[in-house]
Amino acid sequence: MTLAATSRWRWKQPSIIPGFGLTLGFSLAYLSLIILIPLAGLVWRTASIGWAQFFAVLTDERTLAALYISFGTALIAALINAVFGVLIAWILVRYEFPGRRLIDAMVDLPFALPTAVAGIALASLYAPKGWIGAIFMPFDIRIAFTPIGIIVALIFIGLPFVVRTVQPVMEEIDREVEEAAATLGASRFQTIFTVLLPGLAPAVLTGFALAFARGVGEYGSVVFIAGNIPYVSEIAPLLIVIRLEEFNYAGATAVATIMLAISFAMLLVINLIQAWSRKRYGYV
Amino acid sequence: MDVTINHVRKEFARFPALNDVSLEIKSGELIALLGPSGSGKTTLLRLIAGLDQPTEGQIFFGEEDASHRTVQERNVGFVFQHYALFRHMTAGDNIGFGLKVRPAAIRPPKAEIRRRVGELLDMVQLSGLEKRYPNQLSGGQRQRVALARAMAIEPRILLLDEPFGALDAKVRKELRRWLREFHDRTGHTTVFVTHDQEEALELADRVVVMSQGKIEQVGSADDVYDRPGSPFVFSFIGESSQLPVRVAPGGNVLFNGRPIGIAERQEGDAMLFFRPQDVALTQETDALFGKVTACRRLAGTRIAEIDIANGGKAHHVEIEVPLDAAVTLGADLRFRPTRWTLFAGSKAE
Repeated sequence: MTLAATSRWRWKQPSIIPGFGLTLGFSLAYLSLIILIPLAGLVWRTASIGWAQFFAVLTDERTLAALYISFGTALIAALINAVFGVLIAWILVRYEFPGRRLIDAMVDLPFALPTAVAGIALASLYAPKGWIGAIFMPFDIRIAFTPIGIIVALIFIGLPFVVRTVQPVMEEIDREVEEAAATLGASRFQTIFTVLLPGLAPAVLTGFALAFARGVGEYGSVVFIAGNIPYVSEIAPLLIVIRLEEFNYAGATAVATIMLAISFAMLLVINLIQAWSRKRYGYV
Repeated sequence: MDVTINHVRKEFARFPALNDVSLEIKSGELIALLGPSGSGKTTLLRLIAGLDQPTEGQIFFGEEDASHRTVQERNVGFVFQHYALFRHMTAGDNIGFGLKVRPAAIRPPKAEIRRRVGELLDMVQLSGLEKRYPNQLSGGQRQRVALARAMAIEPRILLLDEPFGALDAKVRKELRRWLREFHDRTGHTTVFVTHDQEEALELADRVVVMSQGKIEQVGSADDVYDRPGSPFVFSFIGESSQLPVRVAPGGNVLFNGRPIGIAERQEGDAMLFFRPQDVALTQETDALFGKVTACRRLAGTRIAEIDIANGGKAHHVEIEVPLDAAVTLGADLRFRPTRWTLFAGSKAE
């Protein structure tokens, strides 16, 4: 009797919290409307062009270059953000200093600022005649209108993701863990690099994934600073817009589907790493 | 390693946590710091470890003044109440951590570290679990990993902060006995903090009773239980009752103006302390008496709660009564303390 009751597979575990049916139904309907149906439409539309044409779009050099630039710059920007985002989170969590709250609030600015505004501001700053761009000109380094410019814009956009993911986890680090490391003879440097940072790795990875995903899809700020030179500094989202303007809907959706597939694969891998970490260490 | 604490004072933001504390710990001793929360026992332990710096005073390790040595230089093993294990490392890596972070010149080779870790795992009876992560261990196992980790650095002194505080009663008992054996085998000078008097009395060679940033008494379990040095120690350790009395010229102890059948030398106002089991029922008139308000069975004995009238107010005391004695609720019961301590001039706690 009890055996039958416990071993029978249940669709839903009994719970005293009511409203499971309602909330699950709403969630599914909502996610379908907002995410699943548009994405399914995208794949549907792509499927209609046939494999041959899809393959032609995929192997088109301009597409490949755009994808390479999009994912490459997003990756580099996310890596840079992972390093400096952790540093900023550290400063905000560990030190009490005048203006700390101001800096804390400033981190959120890229969330709130219209991306086009950010793009224009960055472009004028980093242009060869801009304040910062002019500093680099004597070394023959051009930032705006090159992939470096794209990376700068994506760093700007992605920073809050890393800081806001790492910060709460860092706040929860037990002082005792650091003290334990010290009593065992570890220097401050060793404590940070062998005890604290590895403990933060899952949070940093999450922040990195968010910043990366945001970077791949970023359009508004990048188009102003990138220069949009085909094969050099043209990002995939821009290529989609160009295809649309040419009324080449099949080409646009094909590029979009490829982006979707790559992004999905990368986020899946990161999620698998997190699931593994949770199972092993008991936390993410 | 002898440890000498010499007139140490510690203030946190002008609030004194320790006030002129001196203590000598002999090499190989197992010492308990016992006291209620806020008594400064953990502060004292952290000062010995070097996790905090004293505001005044010195701490000597042997002949050497360690007061201004850093935690890293002091080479102490510290076990935290909540284990403070590195959760991204396996049990084995946790234990080997202290050896791995040594400067290259004195760091043992990898194989040697692995051998030491294996030895320590055997010692704390966790062989075979070195690949587990802290998350995959029970509370008692985690605490033993923490202990092995502290022992790995061959510390000069072992410090434990409420080592069993976060464990359930059964595991606690086991680990307590195990720690005693462990100490007897390794002979490390060990200081542990606890608020559990049973733990302190059972485990320690000497118990340091602390209250409000001061040491009240240092002594063996027998000393602090049978010969408490202050009203605080008497009321903190074990069960006790207290009554305000006066010693009349001639030595008779008076309660509420009446003799109660016991005598003392020093005249004047005092507090009478006695334990529930140190009383005898009597029919004499010169005795303490009061109304029985409750009576309960406690394992092999019976405890009677008695309200003793004193002018306008009543004093509540608890005494042990023989199982065969006739005790009626609401009736008067007469008794005399057979063993007691008088603290002259002290007020009721």
